[in-house]
Amino acid sequence: MSKTVLIIGGGVAGLEASGVLSKLGYTITIVEASDRIGGKLNRWANLFPTQRPAEEVLNYLKFQLDPNTSIITNTKIDDISLGKTQVSATLSNGNCIQADAVLVSTGFEFFDARKKEEYGYKIYENVITSVDLEQIFKDGKELKTSQGKTPKRIGIIHCVGSRDEKVGNTYCSKVCCVTGVKQAIEIKERIPSCEVFNFYMDLRMFDRHFEDIYKKAQVEHHVQFIRGRLSEAFENPDGSVMIKVEDTLLGKPMKMNLDLVVLMVGFVPSSSSVFLKKGLQLETGNDGFFTPADEHYKTVCSNQKGVFFAGACTGPKTIENTITEARAAALEIATYLNQN
Amino acid sequence: MLFDWFVLPFTLGLAYLLVVVSVKFYCWIKALPYSEKQKLKKAIFTTKSLISFKEIVMESLLHRKIFKVNPLLGYMHMSLAFGWLLLILLGNLESRVFNHGEMGPPYVPIFFRFFNPNPTAFAFHHQFSFIMDLVLVFVLSGVALAYYKRLNSNTLGLKRITKHIPADMLALTALWFIFPLRLLAESFTSGSLGGGSFLTANLGNVLNSFLPSEILYYPFWWAYSVSLGLFFVALPYSRYMHIPTEMLLIFLKNAGIEEQNSHSGFTEVELNACSRCGICIDTCQLSKAAGINNVQSVYQLRDIRYDTQDLNRSLNCLMCGRCDTTCPVGIDIAGIRQIKRNESAPGLAENYTYIKPQPVQHADVIYFAGCMTHLTPSIKKAMVNIFKNSDINFWFMDEQGSLCCGRPQLLAGKNQEAKILMQKNKMAIEQSQAKALVTNCPICYKMFHEEYKLDIPVYHHSQYFAGLLDNNLLELNHLNTSAVYHDPCELGRGSKVYKEPRQVLNSIVALNQPNDDGEKALCCGGSLGNVSISSEQRTLVTKQACDTLLQNQPEILVTGCPLCKKTFQKVSDTPVLDLAELVNNSLISRKQKPKPLKKLEKIDQVLNSLVPNQTADLE
Repeated sequence: MSKTVLIIGGGVAGLEASGVLSKLGYTITIVEASDRIGGKLNRWANLFPTQRPAEEVLNYLKFQLDPNTSIITNTKIDDISLGKTQVSATLSNGNCIQADAVLVSTGFEFFDARKKEEYGYKIYENVITSVDLEQIFKDGKELKTSQGKTPKRIGIIHCVGSRDEKVGNTYCSKVCCVTGVKQAIEIKERIPSCEVFNFYMDLRMFDRHFEDIYKKAQVEHHVQFIRGRLSEAFENPDGSVMIKVEDTLLGKPMKMNLDLVVLMVGFVPSSSSVFLKKGLQLETGNDGFFTPADEHYKTVCSNQKGVFFAGACTGPKTIENTITEARAAALEIATYLNQN
Repeated sequence: MLFDWFVLPFTLGLAYLLVVVSVKFYCWIKALPYSEKQKLKKAIFTTKSLISFKEIVMESLLHRKIFKVNPLLGYMHMSLAFGWLLLILLGNLESRVFNHGEMGPPYVPIFFRFFNPNPTAFAFHHQFSFIMDLVLVFVLSGVALAYYKRLNSNTLGLKRITKHIPADMLALTALWFIFPLRLLAESFTSGSLGGGSFLTANLGNVLNSFLPSEILYYPFWWAYSVSLGLFFVALPYSRYMHIPTEMLLIFLKNAGIEEQNSHSGFTEVELNACSRCGICIDTCQLSKAAGINNVQSVYQLRDIRYDTQDLNRSLNCLMCGRCDTTCPVGIDIAGIRQIKRNESAPGLAENYTYIKPQPVQHADVIYFAGCMTHLTPSIKKAMVNIFKNSDINFWFMDEQGSLCCGRPQLLAGKNQEAKILMQKNKMAIEQSQAKALVTNCPICYKMFHEEYKLDIPVYHHSQYFAGLLDNNLLELNHLNTSAVYHDPCELGRGSKVYKEPRQVLNSIVALNQPNDDGEKALCCGGSLGNVSISSEQRTLVTKQACDTLLQNQPEILVTGCPLCKKTFQKVSDTPVLDLAELVNNSLISRKQKPKPLKKLEKIDQVLNSLVPNQTADLE
């Protein structure tokens, strides 16, 4: 009988690792809390930096899954513990699972923008998040203000819930800068007459092609970038939003009326990580993300034998890095299971 | 005359102590501001002195407040203070009875048993010996607890004890030796010459069975006298200066004297009245939650007293006022910290003179939201809606951005900057001819209420809502949820407003009681008062306060301060709401109502109805 691997979380990392491990001959069980596999990809229209449809990546991940993989959706783990060589988990559907190794691929959650109350999310009608905007794109809806008008001026606010001591998140979420640039272009493509402003602390265009689309946004689409962090937002009687911000390059405080405000929400650790940390006795950093056995050369291993990590459960990551990590984790798991 | 050379260390020490303490007291009273001296003059021959006397007995001798912290700790302090006094008083009585009412030199009652080892000649000598032994047991039990406290302070209710400086350790050592030495001196005397009662006679017999009592008793009287003398000499320079000073402080406080804006004679009295008991260390959330153990009030006061100040200590404080409420001596710790901040603040750092006067609107009531409310717009929205619903002619004074009330500047010791902002706000308030000012921010409330000296009443929104409810001018639905109320520091301990928020909440939700409530309420950790703490440490304070509030699993965490709300939101999974939001959610709209509420004839009627609350607060 082949050895079994339990994968917690059926998002990008979980699906990719599952595909690789199946090919290597292991029996896989994926436990997914939501009603379908694919994770956050299900909620995204297009991916940076190429603007390819997210569905293409999702289809690839689903396609390479082995048909014998046991996928349990709408299910949470009620109890989990480590034995000498096995991990046992009790599921919310009442079943028990024994596995020879476990992969934690629980990913991340979006920062709850209501916690940055001064930006008015869920208080002012015309304040939305990057997730809401992506859903509008995905649904193929027209971009309108809550009053049903086509927006003439949109502000994209970076670093909402990232690099912000006041909300307790000091880390960078990595992907929001480029997402802001991507979404600015997409707005301009739909409504060319609309003015789009990006308010940023600094733009971290760290990966291949990122700088290109940043330039494209400015040159081709005339998206404007203002270095400055929002202090607060007011709602005007007509529903538009007045923001207070300092242009730190000009050294001037300014007020600006916007028809629509888009908040670039950052990553926070998955809410399941507290429970898993306790059950599997894992380590987390001050930011709440899991800490791997070594930050340089054992990024997919945990402090526990038989427990592995892949994807954004160890910190904000792009999709390509997540996929690479999932394969690395699969190989690490295979090595571990062969040795035992 | 009864005399032996060994009485000299005691006698000289006592004389030295009396001179030094008298000089110090004289200097401190002399250094009181003129107005405060007048208060003292007026109060001295009134019933206030009787009240002071009663308080001295209750606090300085019986240590009532320490009993409340921990009974064993209270007993320890009481047995040392009250027991020692009994030894002195009864010793004097014994010596008087023996000498037929004659007053001998002051050392005679102290060393009575040396001079009269076996006084069979006078009446009641058995009874006296018995009582004196009994009192000595009482004091020694306190000393034993004090030894034990150093080894295991938890038993006496203290998680952490004060780290002492050398002068304190010297005085402490002398004090610890005094009573055991007295016991040994009396026991050896009794073993060798007879006399004594159940303790000293029996111990004397036992010691005499294997030690040469007749040789030993004399050196032990010397040792006893030396330890007393040493203690008296060290006292004015150690924490034991609190013994005489605490009594003076009680007199001054009952005369109505309080801390001013700068260091005065009263500050000196307060500094010297600190016994460094360390109760404030455990009370401090910085210690309990964030592991910061060197900034507490006991150390801050000691620094100032010995002039070894560390600016970080006066800045690293939430200014929540919790230590003020547990200080057994009742020192105005927050007041003293503020004085130090005022002294250390740099000169005019920000210049606000350029700010132009803002447009003014005539209205009956001014609503001032404050900076923090602008960062929590759901509160602002709720407040505006409640005002609109009650048909009150109000002016949202800082709707288009505002001037700060000045409190953050004041807390940082920047009085000049605060004054400029206050002048500008005050001008606008006066020009609007409003009859009242309402704010939902306790920080602004404290400022407008205490510092602005406005001619119109100032209300926190909880007081305003309570007044409206009392007069049936506000009708609220019961929301059928449970909630816990968090007392903001500036509103509760800072302004003594505890009743009104609860009154309003009781008509909307089922209120549950957290562990630390009211005066003992924890600080949310977001305090403007601390400009030195790191954000991680702040979060630790917030998490602990939040856990305490949510221990009975309420459905909502309610507070009356935008800063507390924002701070708790960061860590709480339970929804955090301001009182205004809850009131707004449960508001029965005037337009929707089948019958209108009691007709609102004049705004004066509403405002008059609020006045009793205001005066009740000031009492």
